Amino acid sequence: MLVVSVYRYNPETDSAPFMQEFKVDTKGADLMVLDVLHLVKDQDNAFAYRRSCREGVCGSDGMNMNGKNGLACITPLSEVVTDGKLVVRPLPGLPVIRDLVVDMSLFYKQYERIKPFLLNDTPAPAIERLQSPEERDKLDGLYECILCACCSTSCPSFWWNPDKFVGPSGLLQAYRFLVDSRDTQTRERLSELDDPFSVFRCRGIMNCVNVCPKGLNPTKAIGHIRDMLLRNAT
Amino acid sequence: MVTNVTNFSRSGLSDWLLQRFSAVVLALYSVFIVGYFLTSFDGSYAQWSAFFEQTWVRIFTFLSILSIAAHAWIGLWTISTDYIKPTGTRFVFQLVCNLALFTYVVWGVQVLWGA
Repeated sequence: MLVVSVYRYNPETDSAPFMQEFKVDTKGADLMVLDVLHLVKDQDNAFAYRRSCREGVCGSDGMNMNGKNGLACITPLSEVVTDGKLVVRPLPGLPVIRDLVVDMSLFYKQYERIKPFLLNDTPAPAIERLQSPEERDKLDGLYECILCACCSTSCPSFWWNPDKFVGPSGLLQAYRFLVDSRDTQTRERLSELDDPFSVFRCRGIMNCVNVCPKGLNPTKAIGHIRDMLLRNAT
Repeated sequence: MVTNVTNFSRSGLSDWLLQRFSAVVLALYSVFIVGYFLTSFDGSYAQWSAFFEQTWVRIFTFLSILSIAAHAWIGLWTISTDYIKPTGTRFVFQLVCNLALFTYVVWGVQVLWGA
């Protein structure tokens, strides 16, 4: 029997959040954490969490499992459980709506701020804007982000200033459009980032790299943005 | 763009660059002064005083004092905007830090170029 301790909070009935323990029979299988949550939900149907594709593509079930952020659907118990106990909490730093469901408005607001779409003021070509294979290669390691928020909610700088610091996820996407050969607004994009918070609140502790379920490296992208800002300004 | 009026230079980039530059100055000065203590200092006031009579030592020392002030201002401003949320408390903290740093700079000038 696996002991599963989950974070519970229903603002309509609970005055404060609390941890609730469940005993789950995994039948000795190395289940994914999401499967274990389904078994918990079998015991208490009111238990709330987000999930959709259950295969690490949609990014809905980002949560904190035994202290580390990750996607419940692709995290096997053997990866997080060490002493027969699984503690599941919502992503840290974001307001809790209910149980493991968090309000991601600030996270999305920062994503929106970096204008996550191609901006190009040159006349549109007849068919499409072409890229050389080398130009396309620069987007690898950036475009794969699924916006699960595991990185940004493991970042202390984002915890303390989620309204001003773009956060690792948003900055990875910012660089994805800064480095895109089809985007012509590089200078304008950079000028939006040259303040003490948006990029420079990153202290390079690399929590984001440590938790990214897709193995991406936001810290590296932030370094590239700093380089671009420096080259643009000196 | 997010702005803030109490940080060092208004620009995140120049704050960042200055913090790196001042860190390099402080590292070089640390090596320099420790090297002096280990290799040629005999513990006498006369030698200590003569050492700081040299203009280049004064300039290097003063550059280091300014570097400490800038480095600390940027660093403490960052810490205060992370951890101190009430505006009044944060402002007082920043004021105290900056007054202390200003005092150190003036005091440093007095020590270096005073009698």
